[in-house]
Amino acid sequence: MQWETVIGLEVHTQLSTASKIFSAAGTAFGAAPNTQACGIDIALPGVLPVLNKEAVHKAIRFGLAVNAAINRRSVFARKNYFYPDLPKGYQISQYELPVVERGILKIRVGESEKTIRITRAHLEEDAGKSLHEDFHGMTGIDLNRAGTPLLEIVSEPDLRSAEEAVAYARTLHTLVTWIGICDGNMQEGSFRVDANVSVRPLGQAELGTRCEIKNLNSFRFLEAAIRYEARRQIELIEDGGTVRQETRLYDPDKNETRTMRSKEDAHDYRYFPDPDLLPLEISEDWIEATRAQMPELPEAMQARFQQQYGLSPYDAVVLTGSRAPSAYFEEVAAACNQGKLAANWVMGELAGALNKADIDIAQSPVSAAQLAKLIARIHDGTLSGKLAKQVFEALWAGEDDVDAVIDARGLRQVSDGAEIEQIVEQVLAANPKSVEEFRAGKEKAFNALVGQVMKATKGRANPAQVNNLLKKKLA
Amino acid sequence: MSLALSDVQRIARLARIRVTNSEAAALRDQLNGIFRLIEEMQAADTAGVAPMAHAGELAQRLRADLATEPNQREKFQAVAPAVEAGLYLVPRVIE
Repeated sequence: MQWETVIGLEVHTQLSTASKIFSAAGTAFGAAPNTQACGIDIALPGVLPVLNKEAVHKAIRFGLAVNAAINRRSVFARKNYFYPDLPKGYQISQYELPVVERGILKIRVGESEKTIRITRAHLEEDAGKSLHEDFHGMTGIDLNRAGTPLLEIVSEPDLRSAEEAVAYARTLHTLVTWIGICDGNMQEGSFRVDANVSVRPLGQAELGTRCEIKNLNSFRFLEAAIRYEARRQIELIEDGGTVRQETRLYDPDKNETRTMRSKEDAHDYRYFPDPDLLPLEISEDWIEATRAQMPELPEAMQARFQQQYGLSPYDAVVLTGSRAPSAYFEEVAAACNQGKLAANWVMGELAGALNKADIDIAQSPVSAAQLAKLIARIHDGTLSGKLAKQVFEALWAGEDDVDAVIDARGLRQVSDGAEIEQIVEQVLAANPKSVEEFRAGKEKAFNALVGQVMKATKGRANPAQVNNLLKKKLA
Repeated sequence: MSLALSDVQRIARLARIRVTNSEAAALRDQLNGIFRLIEEMQAADTAGVAPMAHAGELAQRLRADLATEPNQREKFQAVAPAVEAGLYLVPRVIE
């Protein structure tokens, strides 16, 4: 039987605010335990939450970025459950009336594009952390994270494979960092993914019973967990069993998922409107002012890069993976007027060097202006692609001016036809065996001759001219 | 729905509240009064009535995003039953 995997993702993004969603305690990661947990965060009696305007502002930005409805009125609700990392005994969340509803996100998998529907995005508070190392048989609680603003982004079950789920998560990750609402740091838990996975016979309309895999904090784990879980469910059904709705945990060491608890239904949480918080009202003016501040979004920028600079869809996606590289690319491309060459250099030589040095593009020792000049020198024939790499290395090492590097190292490409012709004739005279082999039909011999010419010019001969001349002479 | 005296006594026991028989009878009458009120409310026709999220006819006030709370961990932890290394200690949580 052919099976289809159906996936919906719930993504918890920590909003990058200075203070908590309902208190004025700080949100910096890595502070000493409980030093950023004030009376509201630890739920002292008599305290009242006051909503952080910036958290709402960031939710509006997200809603605009995914073309969603932004509810003019939304309501905070109490979600009741009992863990010591949630000292109130409930989490303040949004239930029936979330701040954002019905958005879309376009993803690209290989050559195809797909639109994924976003059901909703709601504001809520993060819980604290439980530390299960042995404190004399007790659990240690750090409430620094309690009250950190979260935007939980819920997709429709529109994803059909682990690849699509990863593409969606990556696209969403790019978007939330792009619009500056989340720092995207997955190691620090700023972007956490829960995957709802079910399987059904291909062609069946009805959805299968789903399992929720909690807290996947890398794209690699997300992909592996979905693959494992889909296979587990298919094998279970094929063996005559039935899938039980439950919450599961992914174990990266064993590459498997296992039962965490049987899944709660919404009524288990006894949601009700939080009487401590009035309904959140968002004015038309606020939305429009926010819309006016929105940056060009990755999707629009990708389309523009293809159109304006002649880039392939793939190059456009890679270059718009985050804002800094896209801005760097655009500065280079605009200055040298060579979009495709600029894309190749930014994604190739520059990305490789940054990667090797493990630094961010913002710290690149080669500025966009320098790279643009280097590319201009390739385009005007001064440098061959190969020699340009030497210039790039010099710039990377701290040298300043492209032309000065070219002159100082004698890297100027020989494009003088007479000079090259002379060298070609010398090479042909000195390599009669290769000439003969080529005439006898051995293509490789031609490359050997090109190599000899390049060697004679220390790599400085214009390769296109060498090719043409050799072909002419050997014809 | 209405409660019998035995229901009240059972609830009191579950809540670890000691009640005398006469108190239990008074509580039964009060609780049944509350149930009657609930039944009355449930009988009301609410079709077309927007759910009320809050009794106040106001909107949420928002605060500026400023981290102004000082660290008062020592004060808070002075009244906690058990702390160690800056952490609150609680009975072991097993998921």
